[in-house]
Amino acid sequence: MTASASTPVKINRPLNVIVATDCGSTTTKAILIEKVGDTYRQTYRGEAPTTVEAPFEDVTRGVLNAIAEIEELSGRKILDGDKIITPCRDDKTGVDIYISTSSAGGGLQMMVTGVVQNMTGESAQRAALGAGAIVIDVLAANDGRLPHEKIERIRSMRPDMILMAGGTDGGAVTHVVEMAEYVAAAEPRPRFGMTYKLPLIYAGNKEAQPQVKKILEDKSALVVTENIRPVLERENLAPARNKIHDLFLEHVMQQAPGYKKLIDMAGAPIMPTPAAVGLIMETIAKREHLNLIGVDIGGATTDVFSVFDGVFNRTVSANLGMSYSVSNVLAEAGLANIMRWVPFTIDEQTLRNRIKNKMIRPTTIPQTLDELQIEQAIAREALRLALIHHKSLATGLKGVQQERTISDVFEQQTSGKTLIDMLKLDLIVGSGGILSHAPRRIQSMVMMVDAYEPMGCTRLSVDSIFMMPHLGVLSTINEKAATDVFVRDCMIYLGTCVAPIGQGKDGDLCADYEITWSDGRTMKEQLRFGELRLVPLESGQQATIKVLPIKQVNMGAGAGTAIMKEVHGGVVGLLLDGRGRPLRLPVEQPARVAALTKWFNAVDLYPVLSAER
Amino acid sequence: MAHSYTPGLTVTDHTVVHRRRMLPLPGKVLVNVGDRVRSDQPVARAELPGKVFPINLANQLSVAPGEIKDYVVKKEGDVVGKDEILAENKPLLKWFKTEIRSPVAGTIESVSPVTGQILLREPPKVLQLLAYTDGAVIETIPQQGVVVETACSFVQGIFGIGGEASGEIIMAVKSPDEPLTPDRFDSTMKGKVVVGGAFLSFETMRQAKSVGVAGVVVGGIHDEDLRALLGYDLGVAITGTEQVGFTLILTEGFGAIPMAAKTFKLLSAQAGQKASISGATQIRAGVIRPEIIIPKGEGDVGMVAQTPREGIRLGDPVRIIRDPLFGRIGEVSALPSELTKISTESEVRVLEVKFSDGKRVVIPRTNIEVIEGA
Repeated sequence: MTASASTPVKINRPLNVIVATDCGSTTTKAILIEKVGDTYRQTYRGEAPTTVEAPFEDVTRGVLNAIAEIEELSGRKILDGDKIITPCRDDKTGVDIYISTSSAGGGLQMMVTGVVQNMTGESAQRAALGAGAIVIDVLAANDGRLPHEKIERIRSMRPDMILMAGGTDGGAVTHVVEMAEYVAAAEPRPRFGMTYKLPLIYAGNKEAQPQVKKILEDKSALVVTENIRPVLERENLAPARNKIHDLFLEHVMQQAPGYKKLIDMAGAPIMPTPAAVGLIMETIAKREHLNLIGVDIGGATTDVFSVFDGVFNRTVSANLGMSYSVSNVLAEAGLANIMRWVPFTIDEQTLRNRIKNKMIRPTTIPQTLDELQIEQAIAREALRLALIHHKSLATGLKGVQQERTISDVFEQQTSGKTLIDMLKLDLIVGSGGILSHAPRRIQSMVMMVDAYEPMGCTRLSVDSIFMMPHLGVLSTINEKAATDVFVRDCMIYLGTCVAPIGQGKDGDLCADYEITWSDGRTMKEQLRFGELRLVPLESGQQATIKVLPIKQVNMGAGAGTAIMKEVHGGVVGLLLDGRGRPLRLPVEQPARVAALTKWFNAVDLYPVLSAER
Repeated sequence: MAHSYTPGLTVTDHTVVHRRRMLPLPGKVLVNVGDRVRSDQPVARAELPGKVFPINLANQLSVAPGEIKDYVVKKEGDVVGKDEILAENKPLLKWFKTEIRSPVAGTIESVSPVTGQILLREPPKVLQLLAYTDGAVIETIPQQGVVVETACSFVQGIFGIGGEASGEIIMAVKSPDEPLTPDRFDSTMKGKVVVGGAFLSFETMRQAKSVGVAGVVVGGIHDEDLRALLGYDLGVAITGTEQVGFTLILTEGFGAIPMAAKTFKLLSAQAGQKASISGATQIRAGVIRPEIIIPKGEGDVGMVAQTPREGIRLGDPVRIIRDPLFGRIGEVSALPSELTKISTESEVRVLEVKFSDGKRVVIPRTNIEVIEGA
């Protein structure tokens, strides 16, 4: 399928049986979706190691292996040798369409340029991240690097694609042309393939288009599109994002091992995984009018999505992941930050060796409880760091003059502040192997709560078996199928976290609360500092919680002010978190281990857990 | 489902490997199909474009960018020497004359009336691509490179650092579980590929460097020692360009892990032979594992390249690649098809491994790798 990725695909035949794959950096996941009566349901699932690597070096091998698992489990014949049978021949043979997403082969790595780093540079970065790319560098006229250093950087990085932005329409052209000259001088070469020209998108000042064309046309596969920042006050990211998707399919994926075959097998354009997950996250937020943070923690990257007041943002944190880049989480977070989540003592050398062994053999899984706890500790840090990264990029436009009234005079508001407001957050959605496949759902919930430290009342959910990418790409060809499966089989509501903001001495009163269930039952209790408590509230149920915090503690309405909220249940329930915000763990090792053990036991996080290990 | 297994590392006495030698940019291929090549022989050559030096003439001459063409004394494509005049103004009084001289020798790449810049490029650097391993050229790719075929003994490592090197294999220990200690190194090992056993400490690495060995092959190291060797914490396993004085190849992983007996035996049998080694590791985007290639003689023909195997079978030799039994080697004794709950409470596909002492353990399938080339 070689249609443009930016134009929706129209399929004229009925789609009753769909097979979808996501080729991740570590594993290829396949799901089967079948129409049962009037409703689409996800019925079977298969998985196999991704095969972009030697000895196979052909991504379709892993796809066929994952689909073969579905064949075995479902009894449906889908493969005819190396071919997928489409459309369905009868009730038990073939599928109506095969679709796929991919982040295998390192995903889409881009370099972006702008004129002013925190204005057009950041807009270009947002456009690339929004298209599902990993941004390996942002170059700008004012980035502090000398011209020859910029040229060296462009030459050495070997991106898959470059996005050039800069200048508002009608503004000065000099700096944009200067950057084009640097790019031309660097003669950038793509990561894959020696004989093709590097795709380069120009989305800057339209007045500079003729000069940019003259300088770069012969040295790159140049595509010119609308300015991503036509005026200072407005971003126009969609045209550049669409071009990125198109060029990703036309140029970049064609170079990766086996992708040409995969593109031909698929009935719709192959989408970068983060772009597909982003589509689903954006759809949930818009449909339910929610402020949302979504995360997809993978083997190589952690992708964070947010929708606040209707504004969608996505960031891809390259090298924060649970397999190939697990060691980088250790390098970035530091050993102490990982160890603070581990409820036992382990010597540094052993832990470091274990993490490195996971890096070099990324498809392995924890076999013992200790190993599971270490991986979940690392995941907390990967999630935390990726959210920090996201907060720094999900901002309002910088450099924009703000209108101020007399009442704003004393408020130190700056332009470009982060849009992520944890107090306004309604829902956290988790996806990715470590969250979707945690043996107990409470583990996913606590990992996200520890990493994100939600404040006030925040609902949490998880992708049941990791199928959001599949549904993202499916939504572009059959929205009903994607929605049906999403609601019934994919989204698992975990429950709601109730977390007062403030700190106090362990055991001191934090808040009084009263829960009223829909059947009229009520419970009046006190939440104390240092306490983690789980109250049953099943999926589909709601309850009303009234929280009266003590005078220095805030539930969102101000210090000491009571709040009353409708809270939603889930497979875990209502998590009352009296550990305080920001979350502070005891510094001393024995006290920390004791605190973790107490919390983990209180919510039945692991099968067996005792302080005396 | 039998297909879903982790392909392991190849350790084999007889195989044929093909090594694709590609220039980073178009150049000239120097050999022909059928030629015999040595590891240190250039097979292709390219010219790396020289460094670029931007000079803002408009600023330096205090003129508008559009006017600089009136002051430039050279044109695009001209060759200039260091300190040669690139541009000058023509004032009425000669004391006010400004001359802009070239900071380097090179050519004028561009003169821009938009930015007022001149871009100078230094002469290109010649890049020679070596054959890397002794063998025969079986394919040439015009302007790009060649494919070299070598009949050899072949050992794949799991992780390495440092680039390509070659040297005679020398065994520094007597058994695969013996650690490689500093006292095992002496001056006769200069330029050689030294094979150790279970472990290499940082002190031993320092000793290896001071002796000037070409490479070290060992079972495992501690991550802390790797950090000390590199001077930083390695975040992702993309290596091959480190310059630590020698090429290091781990055959098993991190920790003190005895080298697999089969690997040790094979390398022992090849002691005294010339090997080509590479520490380059890339565990994603087209995996690259470190390797030891020990070419056979010219007359040793008739071997075929190994084809990837299909799935895992009973009796296959396997290595456990995750704690708590990391590094243990056994053979597959059962392949149950149903999902099994392990102690983490995850339900996974497992297999049973039998060790040489007869003990059997159940392991998640993803936590073993097949020892290839058996």
